[in-house]
Amino acid sequence: MVGMGMGAALASAALAALGLLVAAWALAVGGFGPVALPFGPPWGALSLALDPLSAWFLLILGAAGLPAALFAVASGLSRAQALLLPPFLLAMALVLLAADTVTLLLGFEAMSLLSWGIIAARGQRRAARLYLGFATVSGVALLGAVAALAPSGFGFDAIRAAPPEGLRATLLLALVLLGAGSKAGLVPLHPWLPVAHPAAPTALSALLSAAMVKVALYVLLRVVMDLAGPAQPAWWGVPFLALGAVSALWGAIRANLETDMKAVLACSTLENVGLLAIALGLALMFRGSDLRPLAALALSALLLHALVHACFKTLLFLGAGAVVALAGTRDPDRLGGLVHRMPWVAGLMGLAAASAAALPPLAGFSSEWLLLQSLLQSWRLAEMSFQLLGAAALAAAGMATALAAAAMLRLAGTVFLGRPRTPRAAGAGEATGLLRLSLLLPGGFLLLLSVLPGPALSLAGGAVRRVLGPVAQPPASGLALLLPDGAALFSPVAVILLLGLLLALGYFGTRRLSPEPPVLGPAWDCGFGPAPAHLPFGDVLTQPSAAGAAQPLRRMLGGIPMAVAERHDAAIPGSPWPARLRLRLRDRAFPALVQPLTRLRRFLAREAERLRDLSLRGFVALSLLTLVALLALLAVLERLR
Amino acid sequence: MMAAIGGFLSLLLHAALTLALAPLLVGLVRWLKARMMGRRGASPIQPWRDLVRLLRKRPILAFHASPVSRAAPYMALAATLLAVLLVPSFAGGMALSALSDLVLIAGLVAVGRAALALAGFDAGNGFGGMGASRELAFAAFAEPALLLCILSFAVLAGTTSLDGIAAIFRDGQVGLRVSLLFAALALVAVALAENARIPVDNPATHLELTMVHEAMILEASGRHLALWEMQAALKLLLWFSLLLAVFAPFGMAPAGAGPLLWLKGLALWLGKLGLLALALAAFESAISKMRVFRVPEFLGGALLLALLAAALLFVSTGLA
Repeated sequence: MVGMGMGAALASAALAALGLLVAAWALAVGGFGPVALPFGPPWGALSLALDPLSAWFLLILGAAGLPAALFAVASGLSRAQALLLPPFLLAMALVLLAADTVTLLLGFEAMSLLSWGIIAARGQRRAARLYLGFATVSGVALLGAVAALAPSGFGFDAIRAAPPEGLRATLLLALVLLGAGSKAGLVPLHPWLPVAHPAAPTALSALLSAAMVKVALYVLLRVVMDLAGPAQPAWWGVPFLALGAVSALWGAIRANLETDMKAVLACSTLENVGLLAIALGLALMFRGSDLRPLAALALSALLLHALVHACFKTLLFLGAGAVVALAGTRDPDRLGGLVHRMPWVAGLMGLAAASAAALPPLAGFSSEWLLLQSLLQSWRLAEMSFQLLGAAALAAAGMATALAAAAMLRLAGTVFLGRPRTPRAAGAGEATGLLRLSLLLPGGFLLLLSVLPGPALSLAGGAVRRVLGPVAQPPASGLALLLPDGAALFSPVAVILLLGLLLALGYFGTRRLSPEPPVLGPAWDCGFGPAPAHLPFGDVLTQPSAAGAAQPLRRMLGGIPMAVAERHDAAIPGSPWPARLRLRLRDRAFPALVQPLTRLRRFLAREAERLRDLSLRGFVALSLLTLVALLALLAVLERLR
Repeated sequence: MMAAIGGFLSLLLHAALTLALAPLLVGLVRWLKARMMGRRGASPIQPWRDLVRLLRKRPILAFHASPVSRAAPYMALAATLLAVLLVPSFAGGMALSALSDLVLIAGLVAVGRAALALAGFDAGNGFGGMGASRELAFAAFAEPALLLCILSFAVLAGTTSLDGIAAIFRDGQVGLRVSLLFAALALVAVALAENARIPVDNPATHLELTMVHEAMILEASGRHLALWEMQAALKLLLWFSLLLAVFAPFGMAPAGAGPLLWLKGLALWLGKLGLLALALAAFESAISKMRVFRVPEFLGGALLLALLAAALLFVSTGLA
């Protein structure tokens, strides 16, 4: 029955490739309008549409889905998981293609349920249960959001014609923030994400982190910026900006505390979701303050960073999966020096990590440059509270970027550089064939985006105009990124050429003056001398462990998002045992949010149990009272109308 | 056309001057420090002698060293060099001035830092990884402070291009402001941290456990060490020039100016560099290095000052 799983994985790859092609076609020619399906709820058929905004996110889904599906083909999934993969992709596509709220909700719930199935199928009970809890909350909240939109209608066009106002609009904002925000992993609704994303098999972890959070973000963007109409006030951006800044910092600090490779990557997703939420908040605030060109800047930053993040996060997850497949573990303390054994994987992971670290001239820098520039423009907002909020968010985003760089360099440094820490790592193989192709694909996307962020943004122009009106323009000019009034310019092509020129000059100049090749010898290591013969890789314990390399940031910032319990057993002189560092980390959201909610659920369940013991009179009275209460509610609602 | 040629010529002159001056600047600071501490000190051209000697030697690499150890010094040098080329020194409107965005300059500095950290990890010993993790932790505080300083400049100058900021600040439209003073203090603290100077790190330390910058290049030797030393020297010059371009741009030749104005700008720039070197030497002689875990307080103070600078600007522009 392996064939069936393989077939499902191949079908997913075909689906993702189809998605990419359709998205490219739609971005080029403009997509199609609402098409009614021949079935649906009594009040109207389900309908699909593909406008440029949907197409951009479909492109993201395809760019993450194709390599992930190829990786699944190459590495093999269990049958249950492989069979869940194509419907999962289709459910995400359904959310993006929906042209009415019911279809959107259907796709979103199917996506939640299928991703839960994928996590649960692996036997990760705790992760699956935690995820299911948050998915239920998000589903219910989104149902409420659909209900809040219902008076305007169900089709997107009908809602746009009569956008919600006043109290209803505020309710909508709160509900969609709760519903889609928890799926995207905005703090404080994030505790499931660093647990659930690494629990899935690698190909699906990549999809969850690179694509599913983007789908949730799409729902936020679609509802808040498109369906809710252009007349919403500027303060709508404030919750996004504040939650985004907190999420970015929270995720970035946590990424520096975790040691497991996939957990680091999941926390980095949290950070990037925060950055994207900041961009969304800024776009809302700029639009509400009649600064359309700057709103276009922030929105473009969001769209570009979402795509770039999808590419580098897919590559990082798949690279981590390749390391697991070829070196047997994803614990950096059992790896090290893999660059010698798997240069392709190491090189591609290095590219992705440098992008995630926002190093110029790579794609990650282009998108974060746009984001930082839109934050640097936040002082143009008229209200001083907004300006201060923007400055604080700028500091948070800057810190998150630097922390992300620290996390990525620590990951690359401990896993791929230095000396192998175990014989298994010293004997690891190299990714070949389809496995290598699945890594090369997102690597190629990344390189393309690094050179051509300008044309990519022009491609996103349709999406920007869909949201901000026909005159909005993304901040691109030819190959370069250019701010609306020429306040700043970044030309990746020029920077790449100049860096290449200086690199060549530096290398050839130095080698001309100093032509002798390097000599190889034992590491100097401050005079410790070569290791004895029975330690062929030297004393590996003298290298920093993943937790050891995290120590400075753990001591400086670790206590903010996590409760850190650190126990250090120093080496006793004369004893052969090494020093040990034991860590217990716990996200502060667990005691603050999850445990009270669990207690509340238990309390409610207990109270509900007691209803079973009511007498017949009690049941009749209960039903009657419920009926009366509902009628009273209806009367009140009628009066409010 | 003339402006383009002038811009290109000034860029070439700037490149040659910075390359020649960077090690001299390091030597000058060391000499001044030695004098202040009552020693005779090596001559300011000693770093150049060291560089030339190191450059002739072949590097020794550990058996487990990967291509990263070989490539990192060139990458760091190229990124730092590009950043140096973007920071105006004696003349504005150099050929690359259109690219001189401060966020990009911060990014290029980060590339140098990343290459250094990777080389530290690749050394495969305790000190390399320790130095790298400390350096990256400091950057987490320095980078937001730098960005907030950029915010203050952007509010005042309407651009984040360093060339544009220098031109506007030079014309004196901005005047003296308390917020600029705060931003200057914050930026100086960031510069001290970025250049691994006292109180964040001790450039002259011989105790490995207290090292940050030096710990990462302990395994580097021969021409690789020469490249790292040159990169560190260029970074010092970069931050000096950056501070001067923002806070003391007077005398800098405007875009399209002729050689006479260049000479005046050059003389003033050299004088200002000397004064900054004197100030740095005096500062380093007067205070001692901090514990590693006190550094967040120092850089966090810089972050708060930079935030305060931006907030004061919002208040003053809001009232105006």
